[in-house]
Amino acid sequence: MTAVLKVENLVKTFGGVKAVAGVSFEVAPGELKALIGPNGAGKSTCFNMLMGQLKPTSGKVYLNGENITGRPPRDIWRRGVGRTFQITGTYQSMTVAENVQMALMSHHRKLFAVRPYAYKLYRDEALALLDVVGMADQADRACAILAYGDLKRLELAIALANEPTLLLMDEPTAGMAPRERINLMQLTADIVRDRGVSVLFTEHDMDVVFAHAHHIMVLNRGELIADGTASEVRNNPQVQEVYLGGGTLYEQETADA
Amino acid sequence: MGLFVAQLLTGLANAAALFLVASGLSLIFGVTRIVNFAHGSLYMLGAYFGVTLMHMLPGVFGFWGSILLSGLIVGLIGIVIEICVLRPVYRAPELFQLVATFGVILVIQDLTLMIWGAEDQLGPRAPGLKSVVRILGEPVPQYDLALIAITPVILLGLWWLIAKTRVGILVRAATQDREMVGALGVNQSWLFTGVFFLGSMLAGLGGAIQLPKGGADLLMDLNIIAAVFVVVVIGGMGSIPGAFVAAVLISVLNVFGVSYLPQSTLVLMYVVMAVVLLVRPYGLFGREEKAGEHGQVGEPERPIRPAGMRGRMLVAALLAALALVPLFGGNFTQVLITDILIFCLFAASLQFMLSTGGLVSFGHAAYFGGGAYAAALLVTYAGSPMELAFLFAPLAAGLLAIIFGWFCIRLSGVYFAMLTLAFSQLVWSLVFQWYDVTGGDDGLVNIWPAEWLSGTTAFYYFTLIVGVGGIILLRHLTHAPLGYTLRATRDSARQAEATGINVKRVQWVAFATAGAMAGLAGGLFVFSKGSIFPNELEIGKSFDALIVVFLGGVKTLSGGVVGAAFMESAKDWLTRLEYWRLVLGLVIIGVVIIAPDGIVGTLRKVSERVGLRRSEEFMK
Amino acid sequence: MLEISGLNSFYGKAHILNDLGFTVSRGEVVALLGRNGAGKTTTMKSIMQLVRPKSGKVTFDGKDITAMPSHKVARFGLGYVPEERRIFTDLTILENLEVGRQAKRTDAPSWTVDALFELFPNLSERRHNRGKALSGGEQQMLTIARTLMGNPKLLLLDEPSEGIAPVIVEQMAKTILRFKQEGLTVIISEQNLHFARIVADRAIIIESGEKKFDGTFADLEKQPEIRDAYLSV
Repeated sequence: MTAVLKVENLVKTFGGVKAVAGVSFEVAPGELKALIGPNGAGKSTCFNMLMGQLKPTSGKVYLNGENITGRPPRDIWRRGVGRTFQITGTYQSMTVAENVQMALMSHHRKLFAVRPYAYKLYRDEALALLDVVGMADQADRACAILAYGDLKRLELAIALANEPTLLLMDEPTAGMAPRERINLMQLTADIVRDRGVSVLFTEHDMDVVFAHAHHIMVLNRGELIADGTASEVRNNPQVQEVYLGGGTLYEQETADA
Repeated sequence: MGLFVAQLLTGLANAAALFLVASGLSLIFGVTRIVNFAHGSLYMLGAYFGVTLMHMLPGVFGFWGSILLSGLIVGLIGIVIEICVLRPVYRAPELFQLVATFGVILVIQDLTLMIWGAEDQLGPRAPGLKSVVRILGEPVPQYDLALIAITPVILLGLWWLIAKTRVGILVRAATQDREMVGALGVNQSWLFTGVFFLGSMLAGLGGAIQLPKGGADLLMDLNIIAAVFVVVVIGGMGSIPGAFVAAVLISVLNVFGVSYLPQSTLVLMYVVMAVVLLVRPYGLFGREEKAGEHGQVGEPERPIRPAGMRGRMLVAALLAALALVPLFGGNFTQVLITDILIFCLFAASLQFMLSTGGLVSFGHAAYFGGGAYAAALLVTYAGSPMELAFLFAPLAAGLLAIIFGWFCIRLSGVYFAMLTLAFSQLVWSLVFQWYDVTGGDDGLVNIWPAEWLSGTTAFYYFTLIVGVGGIILLRHLTHAPLGYTLRATRDSARQAEATGINVKRVQWVAFATAGAMAGLAGGLFVFSKGSIFPNELEIGKSFDALIVVFLGGVKTLSGGVVGAAFMESAKDWLTRLEYWRLVLGLVIIGVVIIAPDGIVGTLRKVSERVGLRRSEEFMK
Repeated sequence: MLEISGLNSFYGKAHILNDLGFTVSRGEVVALLGRNGAGKTTTMKSIMQLVRPKSGKVTFDGKDITAMPSHKVARFGLGYVPEERRIFTDLTILENLEVGRQAKRTDAPSWTVDALFELFPNLSERRHNRGKALSGGEQQMLTIARTLMGNPKLLLLDEPSEGIAPVIVEQMAKTILRFKQEGLTVIISEQNLHFARIVADRAIIIESGEKKFDGTFADLEKQPEIRDAYLSV
């Protein structure tokens, strides 16, 4: 089986400093994979290169076998990569349903249409997607008055609008309460299972990572220092030293995924 | 060679005043994020106070003392403006602050007229520096040399203050996050007031120090502000050294322009700016501006829906009433309503890009006047029939917007606004100076409509149909996918780009659409008046449109139209007053502070409060 | 030392704090716990008067500080470390510290630039670097150091562990325990219960702007229903 995402020797330098120094990995179909590491390790830079916000200095990114290196975000999205942001980016002046309809209009290439009323377009499809994330009952509320956790779920629904094969989630649970975190990751895991989508996510909450990720990669100073299962990563002395510490700050007893 | 050096020196001397005003503007922008449009007015006040003081205080000490005193007085006036006008609106969106400072311009204009009268004041010459020095055989005024010596000293002083002192550190910190500075125990209100004092003082000094070379007149406020914007944009917003380099560049260029290309002095400045921004979009020394970086709060905009049955009935009734006007109203009423309708369409076109797209243009008059001139030129030189020329107006304006838009949308926020302003000034200066083709100040006349549209009533109906049609079209676009896509790019460009939307292209389309519709309004205008003059391309015209959108309500769909109708009617009697600018300025400032939702927004709120209108379901 | 009573705060029309009241004694480390949006940050901002409470009273060292301008509250000895860190990214580390500098006071530990560099050696190495060149952990240290330059009597730390690597959070826990030894009073807001338990003497749980629990962590262990209802680990 070919990998959904294949990254080969990705490098990004800023003014001579290597933020990402030759990273290679793969994400298999239906895999839920976490990318963790200290702040400044290069996670965001890596993510932004995958999504096209940044152009790599060198290296290649393949999506389902196709080279997508250096393409702009909107191109990569059209090839089937959805993303959610660390700080939510929703359309505040629209309703919940319209937020999803917007992505659907883009998917169906109706962005520049001038005849129809936009609020009527693809409404049923949007409601179906909102149902997936449990937001259908809030479809006609203004986005501006949503609770934070609901915004995150809405963003997930938007990310599903183009039937992606890969979801990139940047710190999906940042700023959420523990129970919301668990719910959101459970939802993500369900989507992975039901839709066969692969997910790559960054995360700081180790409870979330150890509970849900199939595989975990650890980035430090721009290099991957580990790529394996939860127990492999947890017991890796180098990972403990640079990132996990003495283990007082996350649940010890969580079973390996 | 001698002439060359002499001209260079003149340019350097001319840079002094420009640098002082620009550095003040830059300083204030850097800290408060407010583009103080009234900075030219402070410069003008400096000049007037300078003249008065110099007549009172004789001798060398009197002269230089007067300059310093003028600076101080203007600095104090700046404090008054900061406390009364700007403090209440620091947390409001950028546009509100700009409109407020524009109100200040109007107030100062009329106050100056009241105090000093309409006559130009001659600047006294500097005692002890009245003669010339021969350099390489060419005469160079001594005062010019004094200015050349003083400017770098001021630059160094400012640099030291900002870079090396505790006050400077606090100012730079406040530039980024004033609330945090306050939470660390610094009284940031006074810090801001202090910066405003310093910035205003620099403008006042600039006005007074240029007196021996210029003088004081009532037009100098708007005359310098355009040049100052160019300087600040070229140098980079918020950069003092940038202001210096750009002021020198522009002044020197101007002097050489006058000698070698006298027909294009004004155009030259804007061409240079466009070139600089092409290479360095944020100016020579500027930093990238991220829109919304500075935490603007305000009520979120609400979801929109097409008007319901009741709304449509209301509009239909209004249109029916307008259609019946010629049966009852006289010529005067019809002409007035024609003017109003044209202005409404112009405002609606601006609102489309400004409210829906978040693209704040300061130069929308370029497309209104551009369309009008395009039609007029076609009639004048090709003798084309009115129908063809009329259709050419929106086409030409749209084309202009496509070209200018390509440059402008590369930038965002304040830089975008500045660049739109510069392009509109480019068009204005081109029309103003290309006398052979455009007639310059004399305008183009005898541009009358075709036979079947001649007569006030016929043109009234024509305007009613085209104008209202245009407004309804724009409104429909807002509800169509294109309008939604535009709103999406405004709400979150990041999300839009990540879901397949080409943000810049959408903005470009919106820019061109708004330009074409403004051109349509311009086409109506030129044939209703039978003539066109460069003042339809002036900064003031662009501001008129901004102000009515604002008065009507930025966060509404009909704000522009309602505001335009209100303003145009009010102006009819307002301009009969002697000091109408003062009244208008105070009204604008009052609205900004008291009713920032504008007419439509405030009405909506009030009717919700008294229960006339249900809060929209989205908000539950 | 700090007494809050009947506090009601709003964001626009949203009622965030609902008759909130609690006290903090000198030398104590108190953790404000609760889910996101429960009102922890608003509580801190209301104490600092960055959010003006509609009603209620905040008394600090026997003095009513309600409705005081924030800079006066800070000068009065309250040090605020915001959640988003909010360091001045264009200023160097030294300049950031300079912004926070206030006069010494007799009833609180005094800090100098050198003492802070000793506490945070990473910052010392990079003292002439601009804020934007720092990593997240370093930024978090700088924002704490900057606030300490004001020699506060009481330190308000808003979600210090959010988004920081566990290994850095462990260091931070040690630092906070050291503040406690120095005699500093600390209020931290946290979502990470593991971390809160290490550093704090007492937990206050907030939900919908109301106080739901106030007691030691031992007490909290005995009431798993409260823990599950409001913290849901």
